[in-house]
Amino acid sequence: MSANFYNEMYDAAGGLRPYYRDYADWLAATPPERIARKRAEGDIAFHRVGITFAVYGEEAGKERLIPFDIIPRIIPAPEWQALQAGLRQRVRTLNAFLHDIYHDQEILRAGRIPREQVLNNAQFRPEMMGVDVPAGIYAHIAGVDLVRAGAGEFYVLEDNLRVPSGVSYMIEDRKMMMRLFPELFSRHKVAPVQHYPDLLLDNLRTVAPQGVVDPTVVVLTPGAYNSAYFEHTFLAQQMGVELVEGRDLFVKDEIVYMRTTQGPQRVDVIYRRLDDDFLDPLAFRADSMLGVPGLLAAYRAGSVTLANAIGTGVADDKSIYPYVPEMVRFYLGEEPLLNNVPTWMLRKPDDLRYALDHLPELVVKEVHGAGGYGMLVGPAATKREIEDFRARIVAAPEKYIAQPTLALSSCPTFVDGAQFGGVAPRHLDLRPFVLSGKSIEMVPGGLTRVALREGSLVVNSSQGGGTKDTWVLEN
Amino acid sequence: MLSRTADHLYWMARYTERAENLARLLDVTHQMSLVPQSVATENQNWGAILALNSLEAPFGAAYDEVNAENVLRFMVADPANPSSIHSCLRAARENAHAVRGTLTAETWESCNATWIELREQKFEQILSAGIGEFFDWVKLRSALTRGVTFGTMLQDEALNFIRLGGMLERADNTARILDVKYHVLHGNGNGAEAGEEGATDFYQWGALLRSLSAFEVYRKVYRDAITPARVAELLMLRMDLPRSLHACADRIVHILDEVANGQSAETGRRAGMLHAQLHYARIDDVLAGGLHEYLTDFMDRIYDLGEGIGRDFLVPAG
Repeated sequence: MSANFYNEMYDAAGGLRPYYRDYADWLAATPPERIARKRAEGDIAFHRVGITFAVYGEEAGKERLIPFDIIPRIIPAPEWQALQAGLRQRVRTLNAFLHDIYHDQEILRAGRIPREQVLNNAQFRPEMMGVDVPAGIYAHIAGVDLVRAGAGEFYVLEDNLRVPSGVSYMIEDRKMMMRLFPELFSRHKVAPVQHYPDLLLDNLRTVAPQGVVDPTVVVLTPGAYNSAYFEHTFLAQQMGVELVEGRDLFVKDEIVYMRTTQGPQRVDVIYRRLDDDFLDPLAFRADSMLGVPGLLAAYRAGSVTLANAIGTGVADDKSIYPYVPEMVRFYLGEEPLLNNVPTWMLRKPDDLRYALDHLPELVVKEVHGAGGYGMLVGPAATKREIEDFRARIVAAPEKYIAQPTLALSSCPTFVDGAQFGGVAPRHLDLRPFVLSGKSIEMVPGGLTRVALREGSLVVNSSQGGGTKDTWVLEN
Repeated sequence: MLSRTADHLYWMARYTERAENLARLLDVTHQMSLVPQSVATENQNWGAILALNSLEAPFGAAYDEVNAENVLRFMVADPANPSSIHSCLRAARENAHAVRGTLTAETWESCNATWIELREQKFEQILSAGIGEFFDWVKLRSALTRGVTFGTMLQDEALNFIRLGGMLERADNTARILDVKYHVLHGNGNGAEAGEEGATDFYQWGALLRSLSAFEVYRKVYRDAITPARVAELLMLRMDLPRSLHACADRIVHILDEVANGQSAETGRRAGMLHAQLHYARIDDVLAGGLHEYLTDFMDRIYDLGEGIGRDFLVPAG
């Protein structure tokens, strides 16, 4: 089985890849008891600190831990440099696209993307038409999901431009690795990632409204019951800024203030971890208790910066995704450096016919879905599941896209009950976090997610995924 | 700092302190019930705890009889009673959870661990292991949380609101304990004529002092027999006893001074007046005017300060 997939650690002939040699030596020389003890220690530490996800509640089991695997995913420096160039190009393009469709819509007039695909998209926000945002940046924080397939080439699976999460796990995984196995870090030159919050804060300060000298930045959270609340607390604390909820803010004369013990204090930049729909009950969902009445008006008046901007969802929607390579050519006049996964858009009759004929080999996704819910993985599905899905597609083909099932790369991973010392290959992806402000910055690597179930291609934590530390080796 | 953050810190401290003082009150009641007395008198003493917290109605709806076991179950472990130790420690933990980024890791973990340990104890186990042991545990956990808080947190506004919540709650709770027990021990609460002391009385007053960690202090300060007037003086007017009304009022005035903002002058003034009154009071005058009346007025004014703090700092209008 492993022969069919690109393995991050071993080449096709079964030999160690050179950049994994030191690690493999260390692993072979370390007694299994020590590994087992360290793995248990890691679990306890993660629990104690409360690095958990899913709903906060009284019952144990509601606060779940994302499993952490101690075998790192290693990326050699040249590979990362190539990825980094591709990521910069892609995120620059997506920001240019967002600016364009909320202003002159040149790409639509040039006929490169069908008008209705953008303008009728539920994620397109007409409220943003003609609004100028600082530095023309819409997606300040992008979490681009990459997978590796075939002979090892990278593909972009999706561009997350709304409120991508997971960066706290990237940092905590590194802290844990350094705590459990400090000796590994003297043997390897691993590029640091822990300065991400500093980069984020710098980046957010560069996009403050014009004329603000010492901007006040806050993190806006939906509250303690949100599944990513740990991350919201973590980032606010690490940046040394206030973590606010909607009720902590109010708008007066199109200026946003927070309620403090010393009276109202003006807020300049809001890193919001709240979806567009909930931001302002006066403009979007009226029943939202999480947002701030009047926020959209203040935003449109330019007195406050939202990161990410309102309306970025139209650029990471799965129905727009197939057009990203074309956008790169259109806005930058360059050839795309990162591959897109070939995609059939089932609203097109030809694509639909092909997909329905090949369902058992395809992955079918809902256009607006996320989090690994509502998708069909053809090769792993039963006949019955395929037929159920076929009926759903035929009923509303425009809601779906199809892609070939990629042979995702795998990496040796500790799994319970496996032979060969408890290590077996598991599939993984990579989510680098790309920060855009006056410049584009990222820390080397990103979050590696791993599908812990044998053969599974779904890495989402809600679907039983775990994480690994990601090492970009210097030199 | 964010008003909501201050609010959570303030209430985290209030609920932690309230749980501790409730343990103290229940402990002294339990100890006083150990001396020979009629069942009616004993049950009356347990009933007084319900009256003190205005809980007769919800208690009556869920329990058929006022007796030691029922009141203890209701006040210790009943999640439906918002004033139970169980509910207070849960509320303390929930407030801490909401602002865990503002707390040090040690403070959060201590508060969280208290709640987790409490959740694992069944009331029947608590009772069979000896209820006194449980009250000691509550006091110890409270002391631990307070210790790591003061030992690890930056001395800034956040710590000030924690201190403010703790002091306000403690002032109220000491007054309550004194009010209900003085009343029981001393007839109708008019303590002007100090009665004779029997062995029973000695035991009872001793229990009251112990419940406020003031027994040894009393000996040290007065080096004399225990009299109700001196007990009242110690618990109310001594500035150097950490749980006395005077000491609490003194801290409240200082903290309010440190956190003062543009609209808090009136609250600061009222706290100052309350403090001055205790600072210059003589116990004979207090008792002559009626202790119960004095304590009731004190608790009203603490409540009023709480309202003022809420308005000025914690939930200000937009």
